[in-house]
Amino acid sequence: MITAEALTKRYGPKTAVEGLSFTVRPGVVTGFLGPNGAGKSTTMRMILGLDRPTSGSVTVNGRRYADHPAPLHEVGALLEAKAVHTGRSAYHHLLSMAATTGIPTRRVHQVIRMVGLDEVARKRVGGFSLGMGQRLGIATALLGDPATLVLDEPVNGLDPEGVLWIRTLLKSLAAEGRTVFLSSHLMSEMALTAEHLIVVGRGRLIADTSVADFIAGAAPDQVRVRTPDADRLRALLFGPEVRIATEERDVLEVSGVSSDDIGRIAAAHGITLFELVPHRVSLEEAFMESTRDAVEYRVGGPSVGTGATSAGTGPNTRPRTGPRTRGRAA
Amino acid sequence: MSTTITPGTPAPDFAARAAGRGRVTFVRVLRAEWIKLRSLRSTFWVLVAAVFVVIALGLLVTSGTVDRWPDTGAAERARFSAPNASLTGLYLAQLAIGVLGVLVITGEYATGSIRATMSAVPHRLPVLWAKAAVFGAVTFVLMLVTSLIAFLAGQAVLSKEHIDVALGDPGVPRVVVGVALYLAITGILAIGVGAVVRNAAGGIAIVFGLLLVLPQVVQALPTAWQDHITRYLPSEAGQAFTRWHPSADALSPNTGITVFALYAAATLAAAAVLLRRRDA
Ligand SMILES: Nc1ncnc2c1ncn2[C@@H]1O[C@H](COP(=O)(O)OP(=O)(O)O)[C@@H](O)[C@H]1O
Ligand SMILES: [Mg+2]
Repeated sequence: MITAEALTKRYGPKTAVEGLSFTVRPGVVTGFLGPNGAGKSTTMRMILGLDRPTSGSVTVNGRRYADHPAPLHEVGALLEAKAVHTGRSAYHHLLSMAATTGIPTRRVHQVIRMVGLDEVARKRVGGFSLGMGQRLGIATALLGDPATLVLDEPVNGLDPEGVLWIRTLLKSLAAEGRTVFLSSHLMSEMALTAEHLIVVGRGRLIADTSVADFIAGAAPDQVRVRTPDADRLRALLFGPEVRIATEERDVLEVSGVSSDDIGRIAAAHGITLFELVPHRVSLEEAFMESTRDAVEYRVGGPSVGTGATSAGTGPNTRPRTGPRTRGRAA
Repeated sequence: MSTTITPGTPAPDFAARAAGRGRVTFVRVLRAEWIKLRSLRSTFWVLVAAVFVVIALGLLVTSGTVDRWPDTGAAERARFSAPNASLTGLYLAQLAIGVLGVLVITGEYATGSIRATMSAVPHRLPVLWAKAAVFGAVTFVLMLVTSLIAFLAGQAVLSKEHIDVALGDPGVPRVVVGVALYLAITGILAIGVGAVVRNAAGGIAIVFGLLLVLPQVVQALPTAWQDHITRYLPSEAGQAFTRWHPSADALSPNTGITVFALYAAATLAAAAVLLRRRDA
């Protein structure tokens, strides 16, 4: 169980995490989701007592991390890939970590085998691929057989086989009754691994909900409409719950109105439709949508964060009409 | 009707085992730091190089001395220190040990492994003490053996002109042990500097500045001040303990090594305060 209360971290003038409160429960995989720069890594460093909160607090099983007499047995952490001296072998890294808390060499060999690093355990970590570094990180986290796992972007750099392996591993660890908290900026990954989600953007809590509810709540169905009379139709559809984006001059992406209703309105006003295509918003888009106001770094313009389809098409893609009804879901 | 007894979920293994095992103790942190020190190839090779340089330089300087001895004037002969001649390598070894000491800690910051280290020992200070203790002890033992070999080899060379001294002669053991002690304290000072600046280049520059540049800077001051200041500089104070014939301007050997140790202790204390306060 991890409990954060009004956790805030400022680096000089920069606020990385602001007033974050949440609970991570044992028995399920909890995803920590947010775009890059949302404050996930900072939060995880505070959980492990590496960064000191500016205010607020975070505890693991009722105690601050540093107050646990045997921290590696309490919490296993993967902080960043290859938080290991590049000149040291994987084996010696694990051996030195194990030594701090009296873990026998036998266990070191065991976790090396568990993550599939037997072949390279004696090689310098500097030559490891990102995926091998992640496996070593997992091995480090599992070393003390802890009841709580905190993993920062563990699937980064893993090949598909590795991703599947980690997904299965994390689920089985949670099924054993452990607390598993992992961060990612990929909604698709979270949907497959996590049951519960804590979503952050710009250091603030956006949602604390089950994965299923998050998708349902944050993802309005969209309808693609192609019509030569786009401007007129847009005016007719306008309403408080309606959002319309324009991708090309004669194409509208409408949410908040069903395709049936759009068809009826168009017919009633004699507007010709070339296309009327309802489609479910992808998980990725749902996540983008919920954190749209909270994305810190954007490429190419203000609306790139709204979906993979519009990435890189220039600053004028998808101007938002209609009021922004979504934002803070929690 | 029979009552069904729902078996409660058995307490998982990890929960049962969590109680009372695996406390972080200082001895364990020492062991971890020892594993870290011996598992870096670069550290190993720098230490080997330091050993080699100290012995080789001792042979070189003593051979040169023997070569020139017939032409050496009386004044210079009187000033000659046979033990120090064979231990000239000290001046190079201090650079190697200084660099290694800085790297022992800054290497962890550069690679990010400091986060793994500090998550294993969240009280942090034991890590600093253990690093200083392990590196100081390794340096002392290794350099004591090296110093002894360099001394014996150098005296063997000097014996051709019968200007060698024996290990048992007055003041000689202090010189041989003093070299190792001076280097061990240099290593600890360097760890303190490294922990304060957390950056290899900066740390090495500061250590070299303290040991080499500072005495040069003081040379530029008015002569009246020099004598008062020079003897208290870290390297001057520490090396007073390694000189067979203490010079008149210098601190006494015991005072000198104490002053040098205090510099190292003060640096380490500053590092400890910052280590507690700063984010890892
Ligand atoms: N040590 C630091 N000093 C200054 N700013 C930092 C530091 N660590 C993180 N930040 C800033 O805090 C914000 C959150 O970063 P981070 O926690 O790494 O986000 P995430 O892991 O979600 O991508 C970013 O804007 C980042 O630049
Ligand atoms: Mg991050």
